[in-house]
Amino acid sequence: MNKSHTYDHDSGRKITLSIFRYNPSNPASEPSFREYTLTETPGMTLYIALTKIYTSIDHDLSFDFVCRAGICGSCAMVVNGKPRLACKTLTSEFADARITLMPLPTFKHNKDLSVDTGNWMNAMSLKVESWIHSKEQTDISRIEKRVDPDTADEIFELDRCIECGICLASCSTRIMREDFIGAVGLNRVARFSIDPHDERTDEDFYELIGDDNGIFGCMSLMGCEDHCPKHLPLQSRIAYMRRKMVKV
Amino acid sequence: MKIVYTDALIVGGGLAGLRSAIAAREKGLDTIVLSMVPVKRSHSSAAQGGMQASLGNTSMGEGDNEDVHFADTVRGSDWGCDQEVARMFVATAPKAIRELAAWGVPWSRIRRGDHTVVINGQKETITEKDEAHGLINARDFGGTKKWRTCFTSDATGHTMLYAVANEALRRGVAIHDKKEAISIIHENSRALGVVVRDLLNGDLIAYVAKGTMIATGGYGRIYKQSTNAIICKGIGTAIALETGIVALGNMEAVQFHPTPIVPSGILLTEGCRGDGGVLRDKDGYRFMPDYEPEKKELASRDVVSRRMMEHIRAGKGVDSPYGQHLWLDISILGREHIEKNLRDVQDISKTFNGIDPADEGSKGWMPVLPMQHYSMGGIRTKSTGESPTMEGLFSAGEAACWDLHGFNRLGGNSVSEAVVSGMIVGEYFAQYCKDTHLHAHTQTIEKFLRKESDYLDEILAYEGDEDIFDIKDQMRNIMQEKVGIFRDEEGLFYAVTELEKLLQKTKQIKVGSKIRGNNPELNEAYRVPKMIKLALCAAKGALERRESRGAHFREDYPKRDDANWLRRTLATWPNPDDTMPTLSYEALDVMTMEMPPAFRGYGRKGQLIEHPKSAVREEEIEAVRASMPDADRHALQQALMGYDLPEKYREKNERIGVGYE
Repeated sequence: MNKSHTYDHDSGRKITLSIFRYNPSNPASEPSFREYTLTETPGMTLYIALTKIYTSIDHDLSFDFVCRAGICGSCAMVVNGKPRLACKTLTSEFADARITLMPLPTFKHNKDLSVDTGNWMNAMSLKVESWIHSKEQTDISRIEKRVDPDTADEIFELDRCIECGICLASCSTRIMREDFIGAVGLNRVARFSIDPHDERTDEDFYELIGDDNGIFGCMSLMGCEDHCPKHLPLQSRIAYMRRKMVKV
Repeated sequence: MKIVYTDALIVGGGLAGLRSAIAAREKGLDTIVLSMVPVKRSHSSAAQGGMQASLGNTSMGEGDNEDVHFADTVRGSDWGCDQEVARMFVATAPKAIRELAAWGVPWSRIRRGDHTVVINGQKETITEKDEAHGLINARDFGGTKKWRTCFTSDATGHTMLYAVANEALRRGVAIHDKKEAISIIHENSRALGVVVRDLLNGDLIAYVAKGTMIATGGYGRIYKQSTNAIICKGIGTAIALETGIVALGNMEAVQFHPTPIVPSGILLTEGCRGDGGVLRDKDGYRFMPDYEPEKKELASRDVVSRRMMEHIRAGKGVDSPYGQHLWLDISILGREHIEKNLRDVQDISKTFNGIDPADEGSKGWMPVLPMQHYSMGGIRTKSTGESPTMEGLFSAGEAACWDLHGFNRLGGNSVSEAVVSGMIVGEYFAQYCKDTHLHAHTQTIEKFLRKESDYLDEILAYEGDEDIFDIKDQMRNIMQEKVGIFRDEEGLFYAVTELEKLLQKTKQIKVGSKIRGNNPELNEAYRVPKMIKLALCAAKGALERRESRGAHFREDYPKRDDANWLRRTLATWPNPDDTMPTLSYEALDVMTMEMPPAFRGYGRKGQLIEHPKSAVREEEIEAVRASMPDADRHALQQALMGYDLPEKYREKNERIGVGYE
């Protein structure tokens, strides 16, 4: 099948995407950038642009989209040097019409723009024991335990994390320390520490995060909060956990 | 030959699959969940508005119980559902939500005192009792008599999925992601596991288990416009069909949601209307009360979507470069409410359309148009979740035709079904795995592995000039145009004929890259034929079903025909070389129904051909009621229609004010 590398649609400016290409499982593959030129359409996102390249120009291009609505956290990548959710990035933001895409750093590279976040996030969830710890046996036929409405809202606020990995890709500690749990892990602990269902004490949390791969690894550069697509209050939650952990 | 052995094998890592995995681990079974994506990315995470459970905590939910939830669900289904399954579901939903609360889902909680809410476009004050303070709150949704939909802002699926996924990790469920099941291994009508393709290195692996569950969600991506995630291709459903033994139920029953945003098709939750948002036309006029004076914007989804399209056909649509649409107005709810309870909706609208829905007046109106949203059809199961024709094969959640939803699912019943079926079907599945022995012969496993390996080689050797991406687009366009909200004989016949041709063309393609692993074009090459088979099941089922029921609307047969069509379509694919599904039918027995067919209470009136036995059954029910004047509602219900549940879910549910009544 012969198709031009230029995709003509209708009038709209031409945009050029320079995309990192590499398949580590193919010995013949060499890391390189490949350029694709598209005609921009109104409201075009990187999801739309990459899908267009994949279906019309290059059937071998790999990337990860699932919900394409900023909800599932699959499509984080480095867009002109900044880690972002590709599905929520509009091509119109880039005045010079040039967009460079690279895979998210600090995760195992699958191919092209695809990385393995799932196994890392599962390991992190196991490490911080990302679940309610309670000795109480809940009888699910009985009326549920009451929770103060404001407390429920505060927990929800921290529960909004989508494990996209952008906080880790933005984190200098993480680049130095492979086992650093990052803002995603510290936020998770902060979330359970305010949940009235969870009986863990500060001492229990210290066992999980009281070291340089946990709360004391953070250098407070706050790239995590700057780039978090859910705008989680990471700076204040990390500071909150650090104050608690220092006291233990 | 790579073989992985386990006790309980679950394909699909959304809410239904993960909750079933927990049930299996609770019985001490070795349990593996296979998923194409990291499980927390599953489409369950995109459920926004909430989960139905009849807790009856909020003042607007007072008097709610299993009976009311049951009646709403049956009416919503347009009498297409399995009423025993609906009973099992409504009895367990309150337990599911309380279990999730104990697992940390931060359900929105009730605050005592007065609250201003918007009902029917007007501000009203509701008062929450002291007794309800701190209990789980609920919002209004379509087709329900009570406020029953529990929520965490508009990210309900996300918080539920994270809680369940983390509980699964805690219990030692093994999660294998980037793995796709591409065929079911079976022998003598017994499921033995699946052949899996590793999506990274392309290796084929046989996962062999005592019991196999398919929980891979819906097949919405066979349509051009769908709210579904990219992964909702129905591959799990298709491999069940390809066994030649397993039947798919009611594949023509496809839901179109009233309010995806235009043009991206991203969903804006029903909670927008539940919380008081309204639909407007090109003149800014609120048109739904004219069509549906009782329920207005909150009739069931099939009805609202049809009314919207009717209104557009009447010339009231708004023109745009993407075709006509209508407006969803939530600005009347006020900025504070939107930024707390509809914040993802606001984020989506701002990001993708540059519209802040909290802006007052027409500035904040969001462009919406009905699009494919949910698959009521799926793998036909018994009430235990097991296939009636293949032992050891279970299915739960959207992938299954259990059949809770019949021809239309109520909003808030999807994540609820996912978790509840994960509890109920998960329990039956786990018990099956515990009681059975591994039956797999290595020759059989090898045969299935070799067959898939040969098939992939065959695809890579194709030298045709068709393009798999063009074929896929054509399929999605046909489904969009001809098997959509309005259907007729001519369009459906065209769809079936063209889809059959497309299926044949899938062998006349050429795949550019010849490597087995990390080859996205190869993924398409084996997935698209599977998707077209599902599309054919839906189109053929719709062509043959010459009536209108729920979301299946035939312009040439506008009546619901209970006399002839109170039956479930079953589609099978007996021979791999077939190009058309084989259809058969399973009758629904009016004489065992707790609620015999009647008018739904919304939608068009006088469009019903009655079943001769409806009146007979109605009389029978009246006689039972009259003979038990002192019976409580539980005893009366049991006398009308029996149903079973796993022992652990049989307790009555407690509610404030009424205890266990």
